[in-house]
Amino acid sequence: MSADLALIGPVLAAMLTAATPLLFAALGELVVEKSGVLNLGVEGMMLVGAVCGFAVTAQTGSSSAGFAVAALAGAGTAALFGVLTLLLLANQVATGLALTLFGVGLSALIGQGFVGIPIPDVPELNIPGLTDLPVIGKALFGQDVVVYLGLAMVPAVHWFLYGTRRGLILRAVGENHAAAHALGYKVIRIRFLAVLFGGAMSGIAGAYLSLDYTPMWAEGITAGRGWIALALVVFATWKPGRVLLGAWLFGGVTIAQLHVQGLGIDIPSQLLSMLPYLATVVVLVLISRDIARIRLNAPASLGKVFHPDA
Amino acid sequence: MDSVPLSTTRASTPPHRLELCGITKRFPGCLANDAVDLVLKPGEIHALLGENGAGKSTLVKIIYGVLHADAGTLLWQGQETTIPDPAGARRLGIGMVFQHFSLFDTLTVAENISLGLDNPGPMDALSQRIAEVSERYGLSLDPRRHVHHLSVGERQRVEIVRCLLQDPRLLIMDEPTSVLTPQEATRLFETLRVLAAEGCTILYISHKLEEIRALCDTATVLRGGRVVGSCDPRKETARSLAEMMIGTELSTPERLPHGVAGAPKLQVRHLSTTSDNPFATNLKDVSFEVRAGEILGIAGVAGNGQAELMAALSGEELLPEPAAVTIEGRPVGHLGPRERRQLGLAFVPEERLGRGAVPELSLSENALLSAYAREPLVRSGLVHFGRARSYAERIIGAFNVVTHGHRAEARSLSGGNLQKFIIGREILQRPRLLVVGQPTWGVDAGAAAAIHRALIALAQDGAAVLVISQDLDELFVLSNRIAVLFHGRLSDSRPTHQTSVEEIGLLMGGLFNHPPDEDEE
Repeated sequence: MSADLALIGPVLAAMLTAATPLLFAALGELVVEKSGVLNLGVEGMMLVGAVCGFAVTAQTGSSSAGFAVAALAGAGTAALFGVLTLLLLANQVATGLALTLFGVGLSALIGQGFVGIPIPDVPELNIPGLTDLPVIGKALFGQDVVVYLGLAMVPAVHWFLYGTRRGLILRAVGENHAAAHALGYKVIRIRFLAVLFGGAMSGIAGAYLSLDYTPMWAEGITAGRGWIALALVVFATWKPGRVLLGAWLFGGVTIAQLHVQGLGIDIPSQLLSMLPYLATVVVLVLISRDIARIRLNAPASLGKVFHPDA
Repeated sequence: MDSVPLSTTRASTPPHRLELCGITKRFPGCLANDAVDLVLKPGEIHALLGENGAGKSTLVKIIYGVLHADAGTLLWQGQETTIPDPAGARRLGIGMVFQHFSLFDTLTVAENISLGLDNPGPMDALSQRIAEVSERYGLSLDPRRHVHHLSVGERQRVEIVRCLLQDPRLLIMDEPTSVLTPQEATRLFETLRVLAAEGCTILYISHKLEEIRALCDTATVLRGGRVVGSCDPRKETARSLAEMMIGTELSTPERLPHGVAGAPKLQVRHLSTTSDNPFATNLKDVSFEVRAGEILGIAGVAGNGQAELMAALSGEELLPEPAAVTIEGRPVGHLGPRERRQLGLAFVPEERLGRGAVPELSLSENALLSAYAREPLVRSGLVHFGRARSYAERIIGAFNVVTHGHRAEARSLSGGNLQKFIIGREILQRPRLLVVGQPTWGVDAGAAAAIHRALIALAQDGAAVLVISQDLDELFVLSNRIAVLFHGRLSDSRPTHQTSVEEIGLLMGGLFNHPPDEDEE
């Protein structure tokens, strides 16, 4: 008992919170990619969501309003990507990269007046009995509602993709857009909706960082998590359950390296800060080496420009 | 014998299933359909005949709502209608089986079928209905299997069952037998006859004349976007139909004399491949040889290892065992395409744009790509553009390539013309060994005959020619010997004059004397 055991609760809690932004961003991108669109602008959309959510919460005092606006702002940024790539047939890779740069600049501009301003806390779950359980009670049953929302999105996205007709249509569009078009499905519209969903999820992911994880605004607050989310989708071979595992892994290593830093071991902190990214990528590369699995799950039309040919 | 104008009979009882009047569709630079009239009666099997680019596909896409006509009217069961989209066509009772299947490889049969229906209902009930319909029409299918596990014939059944579940009144079949074995085609015809007897109209698009004569009640012939005639195909010969289609007399190639083969040029011994790609077919212990002066044909339904064999022969896929492939006795399995070309191998891949030619490059640049070494078009690292141009012009002249010159981009050529150009590019290098995949796939009858003559002439000059094709008629015209590829195994070859379409068809269905295939799913 004692010190070791007492650590479990906070570490578990910190792991879940560190995983949450990745979970939102990666699940959103997963749906986008399943529809056949590659949006590399996740980082940019997260930043726009983070700053808009923060600004609204700072003005109104309501974190729910902050998250709602962050989702809208993320979706709005994604809409720009959608117009460029789906309607004007711009290259998806180049447009996605540009979107990230745009998001970095725009968020810095909007955020100028908000540096160092305090905001109210996001409400936490409190279930009498469960939340008071020793060791794990606070970690499992005392988190912010957004953490649970993120966890709930995993089965929700899985159910949507594999259990509903709309999900089937979305997968079909990502698999073979020409065939889907020939069957009379509105490829562009379906993809546009997927892109908007991905943007909204990225916006929420960003707002979680600025409203909850570190309740403040700082430029570049996402610190590359958008890129990790993109990598997670690929290494998770487009499966929501595996995205969850990857996100937890990232969260776990993030917390572990913080504790190592806290112990005062003589390793440069920059190296330790690198660890979560490195570990996530390495582990996911190792578990996703099966080419057959990638081929069976990767959307075959991913990143290909579609225009209904005459 | 040129045009027999169609008269559209207006006063008709009972109403026609579908009547098209003056359908016109213009694309930038071409008139795809020019005032086309067509009448389809209930329960008839109606052939739509024409060469590539005659406007068949455009016309059926208009009927199915994929495209919209610029002018003309469409009467469905006697009522003037517009078909806004494929869903609208399906609501009217029009079903279509595409030439290039609109299937999704990673989805199951039931999911694929569900995507083509407007109200599929729950998956379990749908699977039940799929099982019933496939039973009734003799189209066996397991709804739970993933499409990428299915043979091409089975994939087509998925498309057909998808249409049948909607109780179609008009079923459009676009080149349905191009990927089937003769036996599979016969079974398909039985299904279609049952359907027609139930009152369903079938619009059957094909350029295979013998099967149109066997199956169809009426034929409408299109040429250059216009209806040039209609006839009862059972009263015509394949030759007269072909001449109606191309508008001139057809010249058939001379066949090669039998038994003149010389020394072996290409030998393949115990060639096996393994691939990471779950959609690939591994070759299993394939052995054969091609001798100077002969044409060996390899038949087989697509997806039985043709792509893998082609890649192993061209050098696109390197082999661990150099001696598995030898050219004139030299092991080349470890050599890439360039080294193999230098040893006298020329090849024409099945895929014209992307493999056979670079779509965005001009014809002279494309000529340069494979011919720079054997025709000296490059000198100390610099391209000799003058020679490249005259080489391209030589190909254009010798093979009658219709184009506006050597500067034309490869993608601007029609499929048949580009194929003539690519085959010409290889043949004019006078290779000792030529490997060709699907030489006349999607190529019209006139161009196909020209390509066949060129291949035969090359073999007569002493080159060894290997033709991998799904078109049995073509192989019987061209080859001295025929072997069959099935599930990655190659049958023994047999002399063409000692075998029959039926025998080869059985081999294409897998009836060879090999031990049972252990990795049958």
